[in-house]
Amino acid sequence: MQRLKLFLPLLIFALLAALLFGRLGEDPEYLPSALIDKAMPEFALPELYEPTRIVTRDDLLGEPGLLNVWASWCFACRVEHPFLTKIAREYGVPLYGLNYKNETDEAQNWLQEFGNPYRLHIVDRSGRLGIDLGVAGAPETFVFDHLGRIRHRHIGIVDEKVWAETLEPLLQQLRSEQ
Amino acid sequence: MSRFIFSTVVAVFMLTVGLVSNPVVAQDSASAIMPFEFETESERQRYQYFSKILRCPMCQNQNLNGSNAGIATDLRRELHRLISEDYSDQEIIDFMQSRYGNFILYEPPINKSTSVLWFAPIVFLLVGVAVLIVLVRRQRVNDDVAVLSDQELAAARARLQSLQAQDAKDSKETSAGIPSNSKALSGK
Repeated sequence: MQRLKLFLPLLIFALLAALLFGRLGEDPEYLPSALIDKAMPEFALPELYEPTRIVTRDDLLGEPGLLNVWASWCFACRVEHPFLTKIAREYGVPLYGLNYKNETDEAQNWLQEFGNPYRLHIVDRSGRLGIDLGVAGAPETFVFDHLGRIRHRHIGIVDEKVWAETLEPLLQQLRSEQ
Repeated sequence: MSRFIFSTVVAVFMLTVGLVSNPVVAQDSASAIMPFEFETESERQRYQYFSKILRCPMCQNQNLNGSNAGIATDLRRELHRLISEDYSDQEIIDFMQSRYGNFILYEPPINKSTSVLWFAPIVFLLVGVAVLIVLVRRQRVNDDVAVLSDQELAAARARLQSLQAQDAKDSKETSAGIPSNSKALSGK
């Protein structure tokens, strides 16, 4: 018994080491949204191609979809764009754009060059809607349900892996809730 | 044994110090740009206070004041607006927290999910103090055994001498042939 006690410090060390090692794989920048299961904030902002049209939250309701925060100055947005195009065009996912702190002509040129798979674009020049959504930067992608509640927030690029592991199963679940 | 206790105490102490000391060292850029106009000095001070305790959502360890990130600029502007519109302290905190979660607060609120963060250091400290008390007590018990009054000491000496004398007598009788050895055994 006395002998075993000698190993207590080692045991404590091992436990701590295991705890800290276990957390190594985690992404320290992962931030869950504060808006999960809450209604998408209200907004009234112009559409990118129809500046006189005012888009509101109601325009997004009806079926579950994705709200993608993007900008032409955002390089990672260019990286995820082909995949977003694929899920919107081939899988028919309702994809909405939040054009974040971007000049309208630059955004239009960007879409001209890379294609526009979005149903519509909300123009958030000042980033004010971004703040209401808890956006830290582009790209970010929100999953919302048919009632307009935020159900998931993905920070960074949406790729095959994110789609297969998180977004697609979630969208399927949301469609069944409808 | 005492070495084991010592190392445990040291380990617990180091853990406690490590956990208690605040790991948050906000980077304040000395030349914090403040392009905003305030009507009163107290508004300016509130702005400075909040831009220090609020963390930039984009950055791992910079407050709003110290960050050049776009979102930090936007949130500083928003903070300026809230203060100019006479939001109370709690309303400002709520505004930020409802959008960016606890991450935006350098000092996390006390609730179920943060209880370990807040109370583990205290628990470690108490364990450390408890071990220390046990250690000191044990030490004192040992000391008590060792300390004898003059009277007791004299009695013990006398008994020792009589035993030694008895010993010497016995060995003389049994091993008369080897006197040198018996002398050594007698304890001199």
